[in-house]
This record gives sequence, structure tokens and C-alpha cells, in this order.
Amino acid sequence: MTNQPDFDTRRRLLGLMAAGGAIAALPQGEPAAAQTTQTSARIVILGAGAAGTALANRLSNRLEGAEITIVDPRVRHLYQPGFTLIAAGLRPANYSVSTTAEWLPSGINWIEGSATSIDPEAQRVTTSTGDTLDYDYLVVATGLELHYEGIEGMSRDLIGQNGIGSVYAGPEEAEITWGLMDQFTDEGGAGLFTRPNTGMKCAGAPLKYTFLTDDYARRKGTRGQTEIIYCAHSGSLFGVPIVNEKVRMLYEDRGFETRYNRVMTAIDPSRKVATFSTENGGSEEIAFDFTNVIPPMRAPQVVRDSGLSWQTGASGEQGWIEVDQYTLRHARYDTVFAAGDVAGVPKGKTAASAKWQVPVVEDQLVAQIAGDTTDHIYNGYTSCPLITRVGRAMLIEFDYNNNLVPSFPGLIAPLEELWVSWLIKEIGLKATYNAMLRGRA
Amino acid sequence: MEDPTIGTFIAVFEEMFGGALFWGMVVLALLITAAYLYVLIRDRAVSWRKFLWAQLAMPIGAIAAVWFVLAITKSRLADIGGPIDLIIVLGIAALGAVGAAILVYTVQSLIKGKQTAE
Repeated sequence: MTNQPDFDTRRRLLGLMAAGGAIAALPQGEPAAAQTTQTSARIVILGAGAAGTALANRLSNRLEGAEITIVDPRVRHLYQPGFTLIAAGLRPANYSVSTTAEWLPSGINWIEGSATSIDPEAQRVTTSTGDTLDYDYLVVATGLELHYEGIEGMSRDLIGQNGIGSVYAGPEEAEITWGLMDQFTDEGGAGLFTRPNTGMKCAGAPLKYTFLTDDYARRKGTRGQTEIIYCAHSGSLFGVPIVNEKVRMLYEDRGFETRYNRVMTAIDPSRKVATFSTENGGSEEIAFDFTNVIPPMRAPQVVRDSGLSWQTGASGEQGWIEVDQYTLRHARYDTVFAAGDVAGVPKGKTAASAKWQVPVVEDQLVAQIAGDTTDHIYNGYTSCPLITRVGRAMLIEFDYNNNLVPSFPGLIAPLEELWVSWLIKEIGLKATYNAMLRGRA
Repeated sequence: MEDPTIGTFIAVFEEMFGGALFWGMVVLALLITAAYLYVLIRDRAVSWRKFLWAQLAMPIGAIAAVWFVLAITKSRLADIGGPIDLIIVLGIAALGAVGAAILVYTVQSLIKGKQTAE
């Protein structure tokens, strides 16, 4: 078990890069192994997002005779890492949109409904379509819930009005947010950027969008009349200390006004004012002409009601599933696994994390079915091509221990703003993501 | 276990360009290379006149390749941020130059045929 490409692989990879021009890819999970296991196990996967779909493909390749059912009402599959590019006017909304059906393997059951209850004691799931699914193994990959109402006065339908944007809400909302950002950087004013104090998808995305807005204002010559305020939820800008220091330096260099320990609690669209809690229990109002609202995030209701969540602490309040952070197996129910955003692990709510988690769940599950064990574990790998302007990014990769785990050590410096890292985000990521969905990467 | 394999990269390339376009480009590259080898073997000599034209095509191929990559990635030369970026740009330029030279040489040879009095 290794976490890094070995030397030979890296040389091969360089050869490929040289042969193929400017192309690189994220580190890969192993392709689905050829060896199959015979079983009649009933496996239910909740959610056909990045993790659920990739796992369905891998398991259907690995297991012969298994009855695999995937539960998800969504007809559209959304490539969420593309939202930032859409909200920066670099891609149209449909860049992130495909269909759920096109990625699912044949030979599995797709129930086009949502789970309405999960009973891990009885090993049973019920769905909005009226189905009752008894399972031998359950993988919860429902993703998370964007809790806009957690900010007083905020709701999804406000996106696009009064300078309120929200990149996270979906591809259409990301495109609407681009319209607002484009107008804002034409005119100047106060740009307000935040992040919630909950677990969240891609903690780098709020930073990226602040950088991109700054870049557009500079290109348009309106940076002089533009104020950029970033409200950090804690005393730092990023959870990994070495990355935090670098981002702090870049924020200073770009002239952003950073306010620490500020969490958005309310928004008044008509006055264009947001209210923030402050560290001493007080509150502060900040006016904006444009803002990218990032709502608090939590596990979906059905998961919070299932008894699978952590029972104490912030993870309990937000409902993330209590899994072993290395095996991704549930701490109390050994036939339950979690992958993707809903997993209650200290890091890893990104597509790149899902890409590393899925082969672990696959191997752990297949080993368990075979009455065996495996030492294949998830080390917290999380990756974030942190865009710092159109044309440059930092390829930041780290693990549970806040160590940087660069895929191309000595070649692509993780803390430097590089064009090659931008190339990876621009052209390499979606292809890698799609290959992951098919279980091929 | 997380090592990328050749198969993974092929999967990524297929996703990037679409299977048909990717393999089409591979076949095209192989055909041009095969045609180049064919004219070299057929003529049993390098035609220095054709080679001169091929060399003249090299800077154009280099610039075109770099321009193409910058255009599809919405970047500018000013985005070059470190040594690796410069190496990649030079690599793209080199590939473009060599590709253009091979293409021009091969096309001339196929069109004009074997020229002995040079």
C-alpha cells in the first residue's frame, strides 16, 4: 500500500506528459481489479453522485452475482468541481451537467427516488418510491445538504438578486453568480466573501472565488474602486497550517481585507447588509455590493434521523456519519460504509477525496464479503487546485496529518502559483473525474 | 495502490477528447509517422531541399502549438509562473516544431515524389 506514485510510475507519467503535451492528472485510484468475487450479497448504495456512481461501477466489475441497488432521485449528474469555472465565466452552465443514467453500469438496479428512512438495526432502507430494501451491506453516499435557511433571511430564490450570488447552489446559480460578478467588477464597490463554520465541500472554493473576483477587477481596471473583504470562520484561512500561511501572504499581496472569526448569521437583501457573529459573542454588520453566499452544510435529513451520525460534537450536530476515518466502515454497524461528503472524517469533502475513498470502500467491502481483511486504507487525501487568478493555480494536496502530499514532488511545487496547475484544473480534472465515475481511474 | 497506470491515462485521454477523436488522433499520428518512414525508405536518402522547407515550418509549428494550448486553456504567456511552466511551454513548442517538420517533409515527398537531381 502506497500513497504516492513510485519512481517508475512517475517516469512513465513524465514520458506520457512529454508525449501528450500539456496534460497531467490527479493521482489515481487503482483501476478496478480484474479478479472477481462470487457472492449473492444485497448491496444498497444511497446516492449516485461522484462516490456512489464510481463505487457502483467498481463493485459491479468486482462482484459476480451481487444484487446492487443504487438509490437517487436526481436525473442530472453534476460535475461540481466545474462550478467555479462556470461562476468565473469560463464555461457555460451545461459544462457541469450530464445524466445520472449515462454513468451507471448495466446490471444494477436504479431506484429513481430518495431514501426516506434508514434502519441500520433491521438493515433496511425505505424510499420515496415506496420500495423497501433489505440489505446485507449499505454504502451511504448521499452527499450533503446546503442549508441556506441556516442564514437568517437567506434562501435559494434570492440568488441573483441584490448582489447575492452563490457558486455552490448549482450550475445555473453559478452562471447567475457570474453575471453578478461580471457586473460588480465592471463597476466596483464592496465585495464580501465568506465561508460557513461547518464541514464543507472543497474548503478552497471560497478562496478561489475571492481570487478570481480580484483578478477580473484588475483586468478591467476597476480594482482601485473595489474593496474585497474576506470573512474567515475561524482564526485561519485554511485548515492546513502551511497552506494557510501561503494564502495569508497572497491575500496580503492582493490587498484583501481579512476579518477573522466572522460567521454569516443573517442577510438583509434589501439593505445589502450581512450580519456576522464575532469571536466575543457579538455581531457585526458588513455592507456589500456583491457577495458569494456559502451556506452552512450538513448531512441530509434522512441520514441525521438514521442513528448513523456521530453522537456528539460538531460532527454530531451536522450529522456526518460515524465511520472509522481509515477504513470508512461505520463505527457501530460493520455492514455500513460511507463515502464522499457525508462521511464523518476530518478531511476530504472533495471529488479528489471521493476518488481515493471509493477504492478503499470497495476493497474493504469485497474483503468483508470474502471473509477476509485488507490493509487498504484512506489517509485523508484531499486535493484542491487553488486557483489564484485565471491562468494560475496552486496544486495543493494534503492528508489527515496536514502533511502536503504532492503528486509530482520536485516538479510541481504545491505552494507556487503555476500555469501547469491551472492546466490540470482546466483540462485534466474533468476527464479524470469522468474516468473515475466509470471506475476506470 | 494509487499508482497511475498507462490504462488510467488512456482512460483520461479518452474522456478528455472523446474516444473517437482520441483514437483518431493516435491513428493520424501513426499514419503520418508511417508515411514519413515510407518516403525515407522509398527515397533511401534525405532530400535536403525538402528538409529546408520542413525546417522553415518548425517555428510556425512551435508557435501554433503554444498558441493552441494557450487558447484552449484561456491562458496567456504571462501566466508562466515557474520553471516547470517554462519547460512545458518549451516542450509544447518542440512537439509542434517536430510535428510540423515531419508533416511538411512527408507531404512534399508524397506530392512531388522522389527527386533525384537536387
